[in-house]
Amino acid sequence: MTLVLDNVSRHVAGHTHVEGVSLTLERGSLNVLLGPTLSGKTTLMRLMAGLDQPSAGRVLVDGRDVTGVHVRKRSVAMVYQQFINYPTLTVYENIASPLRVARRPKDEIDAKVRDAARLLKLEPYLDRTPLHLSGGQQQRTAIARALVKDAPLVLLDEPLANLDYKLREELREELPKIFAASGAIFVYATTEPTEALLLRGNTATLWEGRLAQFGRTPDVYRRPANLTSARVFSDPPLNTMRVHKRGGQIVLATGEHGAARGVLVALPDDSYTIGFRADHLYLRRPDAEAIAVAGTVAVSEITGSESFVHVDVGSDRWVAVTGGVMEVEPGERIEVFIDPRRLFVFGHDGGLAAAPPLVLAA
Amino acid sequence: MARIELRNLAHSYAANPAGPQDYALKPMDHVWEQGGAYALLGPSGCGKTTLLNIISGLLVPSEGRVLFDGRDMTELPTQARNIAQVFQFPVVYDTMTVYENLAFPLRNRGLRGRDVDARVREIADLLDLTPDLNRRGRGLTADAKQKISLGRGLVRPDVAAILFDEPLTVIDPHLKWELRSKLKALHRALDLTMIYVTHDQTEALTFADTVVVMHDGAVVQIGRPDELFERPAHTFVGHFIGSPGMNVLPAEVAGRRAVVGGHALALARGYPRIGGGARVEIGVRPEFAMLAPAGAGLPVRVRRIDDLGRVRIAKVELAGLPLAATVPETLSVAGEEASLLFDPAMVHVYADGHLVEGEAA
Repeated sequence: MTLVLDNVSRHVAGHTHVEGVSLTLERGSLNVLLGPTLSGKTTLMRLMAGLDQPSAGRVLVDGRDVTGVHVRKRSVAMVYQQFINYPTLTVYENIASPLRVARRPKDEIDAKVRDAARLLKLEPYLDRTPLHLSGGQQQRTAIARALVKDAPLVLLDEPLANLDYKLREELREELPKIFAASGAIFVYATTEPTEALLLRGNTATLWEGRLAQFGRTPDVYRRPANLTSARVFSDPPLNTMRVHKRGGQIVLATGEHGAARGVLVALPDDSYTIGFRADHLYLRRPDAEAIAVAGTVAVSEITGSESFVHVDVGSDRWVAVTGGVMEVEPGERIEVFIDPRRLFVFGHDGGLAAAPPLVLAA
Repeated sequence: MARIELRNLAHSYAANPAGPQDYALKPMDHVWEQGGAYALLGPSGCGKTTLLNIISGLLVPSEGRVLFDGRDMTELPTQARNIAQVFQFPVVYDTMTVYENLAFPLRNRGLRGRDVDARVREIADLLDLTPDLNRRGRGLTADAKQKISLGRGLVRPDVAAILFDEPLTVIDPHLKWELRSKLKALHRALDLTMIYVTHDQTEALTFADTVVVMHDGAVVQIGRPDELFERPAHTFVGHFIGSPGMNVLPAEVAGRRAVVGGHALALARGYPRIGGGARVEIGVRPEFAMLAPAGAGLPVRVRRIDDLGRVRIAKVELAGLPLAATVPETLSVAGEEASLLFDPAMVHVYADGHLVEGEAA
């Protein structure tokens, strides 16, 4: 099936939950809804499922308007952040439950349950009840139950948020394979940019109920259509600064200036916002064209493999990430460097005005 | 403020523990130095919450003693230990203002007037809460509330230690960066002993000077973040820290050579023959295993490449054994055939999961 959200909005008691979102989701696709808390992810999923009705706009399935059709009349499977299973039923019966409700024949149920259990590595636990499972196994059970339904639309609302870090890593790796084997439309909500990158598929960046961008995940990451999309899809947070271009010069808000090279060359004279991620802020001069900016170290965080150095530059706080251990004392004045070939440049309306070629954006 | 000492500490929830499997916390000794920033890191069920509850006084250990500055506190309840705690979910009084919320732990200890005011304003300033001091708790966002919870934990200058139990789990990624750097700055500014419990390696490693890694009820390594990364004392530490974790491969090791799946690779140190039927493995992190064109190193098949934005990670097979490797920025990968180059200094040898010290040349 194809699911279309056509300019949908939802307002509740004077508050905007979602405003003017249009999305087309194709059969067999994995679609990540990426955005912070209250950006509209859950609201969009509830509209897709038919649990809520839009205040304006339409929901279309294969071209048919299903806007007013209740969730019970649609074929949707959902997985939530909280692990929801029947506590008194075994894992086997938990997975089988939607098929029993649909009165499927016994051997079909058995085949499907065992198939899903194999995919989600639940075979050793089929006879246990959820209380005797780890959080990861409980969530696998909920996902298996969603899969056996064979619903053409599967909605997963931050399914890994309550799991341990390492379990998340494991499931993130397995889920795309499981999704690819199914052919349904998967919609997956998350607050974490890394999760979107690992899941691949398509990503919709959301901010305050509005859609910032929708496209193939790597494209959205490397070619943010606007400042909002770039911010939503950056972790550590995107570094930004106001700049002016005048003649062949680029002048930063802090007063530093340099030759307008790289992506800045072709831009008309005007003021812009530049944005760049933490791996493109350098603590050592990368080459002669880099622009040096003076800053004050706020804090440095060391993970053992990488160091994150937070630097106050004018009224902005920037983060640089560098390999290895780099200890810098808070309060220390340092120079940091930006590479004019690796900047995103945004115009007055926040739209992308210039970006590095895709090879460099890596 | 206090130096906290755990002496022969162990805990079993069973009345008559028969063996190690009955212990939620296996025997350990450890000293938390005054003013240190510590993290207690491990997966669910590793015993870190049991240990935290023993330090805070919610649980009396079945064996061993807990000393604060040499004084035995083992049987004393939480109130008598002078400990502040911050939990996963914010604890904020909705009807009180932010100011009153922050002042509450001080007033509760009998402080009044100017002492309270000065401290509340200092903490509010450190947490950027000054503009909100007169607002009520009700209606604040979850992260604003968690900031207040942190403030309430930090406000008392006289506490023996502050225990944080997964304090950033419910916070959005963007705000985590802000709150983490705040906490780090607070630790520097306030000279308090802090113990931070989490399953999230990034939070643990960035917050703490010393990380205590727990697995299956036991402490498996205590060290600085770079030690845990560069020289994991146990394969579990290698796996749990790092994303993806360390590659662990069955190997035969003799002298300065390891053989993995029929392929030989050089080691930077020499090793005696490891006998006694021990399980011998080598461990190498993806950061020290570089993908290279076919023919340059050990032959591998590329199964997939994950683009994580900052780096690309290749999932490869070496003689059928899966491992993860870094794809250099300049390498373009075509087809399945490729090879791996290891940094010999970063290839470690493990016997039954424990690091074997090699001999330098």
